Amino acid sequence: MSESATTPTPDVATEVRAARSHVGRRLLRNPTGLAAIIVLTVMILLAIFADVLAPMDPSKANIQDVLAPASDAHPLGADSAGRDVLSRLLFATRFSIAGALWAVLIAAVIGVTSGLLAGYYQKWFESVSVWVVSIIQALPGIVVLLAARAVIGPSIWLIMAVFGVILAPAFYRLTYAAVVGVRNELFVDAARVAGVGDASIIGRHILSVVRAPIIIQAALLAGIGIAVQSGLDFLGLGDTNVPTWGQMLSDAFSRMYQAPILLIWPSLAIALTSISLVLFGNALRDELERAAGKPKKRRRGAAAYVPDASGPAPVTHVEDGDDARSVLLQVDDLVVGYDQPGGGVKQVVNGVSLQVRKGEVHGLIGESGSGKTQTAWSILRLLPDGGRIVGGSVSFDGKDLAHSSENEMVKIRGRRIAYIPQEPMSNLDPSFTIGSQLVEPMTVALRVSRAEARKRALELLARVGIPNPQRTFDSYPHEVSGGMAQRVLIAGAVSCEADLIIADEPTTALDVTVQADILDLLRDLQNDLHVAVLIVTHNFGVVADLCDRVSVMQDGRIVETGPARSIFRDPQHPYTRSLFDAILEDGAARGPLAHSADRNTLPERSAR
Amino acid sequence: MNAEPLLVIDDLVVEYAAKGFGKKPFRALKGVSLDIRPGECVGLVGESGSGKTTLGRAVLGLAPVTEGSVRFKGKDISHLKRRERRALADEIQVVFQDPYSSLNPSLTIEQTLAEPLRVQNVSAADASKRIRGLLDQVGLPSNSADRLPREFSGGQRQRIAIARALALSPQLIVCDEPVSALDLSTQARVLDLFKDIQEETGVAYLFVSHDLAVVRHLSHRVAVMYQGEIVEYGDGGIVTSAPEHPYTQRLLLAAPVPDPVRQEQRRADRRRLLDSQRDMEVQAGVA
Repeated sequence: MSESATTPTPDVATEVRAARSHVGRRLLRNPTGLAAIIVLTVMILLAIFADVLAPMDPSKANIQDVLAPASDAHPLGADSAGRDVLSRLLFATRFSIAGALWAVLIAAVIGVTSGLLAGYYQKWFESVSVWVVSIIQALPGIVVLLAARAVIGPSIWLIMAVFGVILAPAFYRLTYAAVVGVRNELFVDAARVAGVGDASIIGRHILSVVRAPIIIQAALLAGIGIAVQSGLDFLGLGDTNVPTWGQMLSDAFSRMYQAPILLIWPSLAIALTSISLVLFGNALRDELERAAGKPKKRRRGAAAYVPDASGPAPVTHVEDGDDARSVLLQVDDLVVGYDQPGGGVKQVVNGVSLQVRKGEVHGLIGESGSGKTQTAWSILRLLPDGGRIVGGSVSFDGKDLAHSSENEMVKIRGRRIAYIPQEPMSNLDPSFTIGSQLVEPMTVALRVSRAEARKRALELLARVGIPNPQRTFDSYPHEVSGGMAQRVLIAGAVSCEADLIIADEPTTALDVTVQADILDLLRDLQNDLHVAVLIVTHNFGVVADLCDRVSVMQDGRIVETGPARSIFRDPQHPYTRSLFDAILEDGAARGPLAHSADRNTLPERSAR
Repeated sequence: MNAEPLLVIDDLVVEYAAKGFGKKPFRALKGVSLDIRPGECVGLVGESGSGKTTLGRAVLGLAPVTEGSVRFKGKDISHLKRRERRALADEIQVVFQDPYSSLNPSLTIEQTLAEPLRVQNVSAADASKRIRGLLDQVGLPSNSADRLPREFSGGQRQRIAIARALALSPQLIVCDEPVSALDLSTQARVLDLFKDIQEETGVAYLFVSHDLAVVRHLSHRVAVMYQGEIVEYGDGGIVTSAPEHPYTQRLLLAAPVPDPVRQEQRRADRRRLLDSQRDMEVQAGVA
């Protein structure tokens, strides 16, 4: 992406400010989230305004009203002691929710604080807290609660405080894991260098990252808190002076045969609240994940997208002479697009045409976002989710790959077209030996026996310059260096005698001395095997080293194409020229620091 | 201009404890010495694992110093307490490699840039004025202040990181591969920005990079690191065009030249160099 890609306009700032609360707003648009928020809001309002809303004192017993049915005086009837059920329900809402929130608050304060401290400072605090947390988690929670009840008596607040301590490890582990993930981020280091104090760093940079998961965890734990608290009260271990849902349930349960309807109200309240809390947590998690970007699936039968492949034709350099080699890969007007959440298609390749002849090395060069990798992936039909070829054709040895079925592609990938990736390590499976990853494809693609494949693999490893093939064959990927891993992948790419190798920035992740070795290897192999190579790169040095032909890409189009020597000698397109101008290789050195008049400060030269 | 060095690194050793009991610690730096004068750019070039990033982090107080010293304006800063270290914030600053993870994604540009100023108790109004000035200095529009990092491209983010480093007008900026993640044309523009800022403000750079061409473009002097040691140190032009040390020679010839004709030549030169170095090693082994 070029620097001028996001040209700021005056209204951008306001858009951004509006978008900042986007998770909150999207949560309200999510039907589950909205329903959960409405139920929870109603519950909280009822709890707050219980005094105002309740028609009478929740504890006032009236012997005449025992188990009274619903009437004007008692809209939901009366319980076994003749107390008004509606009033009790409203006050129970207050105490049940407050009890659960109290437990969650205590758990959050203890868990989040210790998690932040342990994660940020580590050292002894981490060791101690890990021990404490493990001990707490090893204790059976409900037994501890029953024991605590026996010691401290039937106080809802004290019991819930104890429960909060039992819940704290859940917050601790969550926070600790998040902090350890963030503390080595460069922006934390930058803040430290900027002189920001530790408290400020934790508050601003670290807490903001762990905030959302903490809210989700709190919602889930509040649900558990309500259930446990109701359970204790249902068992009759609670404070009888404080009405709660659990006590109402307990009371109703004892009169189940006389007034079964009494069971309904507390059950309904417990169920609605717990379900809403869980759904709220889930909806928030879904929206946070969606914020990371997930395109909607294309609907079947949706209006066909009309690709736009218009644009100026590329500058084409004339061939030095007749090239008798036949065309192996012919790409015409290729358009690649990504389905957008809104329904449209975003084009990333806008009509690319290129040819690769048999035995030729073709370089596809461009800056990030130019569509060079997308072009390579679409030839292999390995575009990420949501991406597809929306126009044009890819003809490989007379076969149209753009319209081949997945089954047909499986037969072509690896056997006819091989692939060398940018990141060698992430393209080797860490749980299998390098040898088995080389042998397996050969037994399938070449239909040779395992012993034969094994022999060939060892030969290939020696051929790609690995000093001890047998040892590398038996190694796991993490036991070899990045340069060795890339040699292994190159061995894999040539193992099945493919006609075309697509190499996507094969040396970008490597050190420059290793890169030179890999370039030498690629050139030698190409000379020996006469395989065609399409190499994607951003480095003109790599192109100069390897390529017969070059195509320069910008904004999803090829702007200039032709024999490499001709383009390097005489670039025509202004964009190609600007790239050449940006190359530092031939620039003048800056020279020693001026103004340092003192002779002693002339740069000393030392070579050890 | 002051000829006294601004920063003197003397026989610096950095060790990281190895995982597991009783294992030998990993020695990332094995006695490194280096000095930087005011207004000078010293390039530090090396491959992955050479210790170049560790050296930058040791200067910043982000890596543990085992032996040796780092002296800034004559004062040893290698074992400072957190509080003393914070006091250095207006003298030594940093620009990191990755412009994506070096800016907090949830803070606006203004909040990010205001952070170092707030620590120095700059008033909100002054800070706001300073931020407009900084954005202007690094070539970003002033309405960038209210936007979030994700609104910006890699090159623009790196400009923001540079603005943050400049906020307190430091005398030394440690630049850890600041252009490695950028595209070719963006890279050239950001390097020019570094140069302009240095000529304007007289700040010194410790410029860490794996790319000899980048280092050559910007550095007055260049140090080459290999396996935790500096193997060659001297005038930038000479070290990057006619190096003496065998490793620097290998490094120089390994980078492909963007010209097919000259690259063919360089490839041949590299083959010859590798062969002759191998021969010398064999002879040394025999002798």
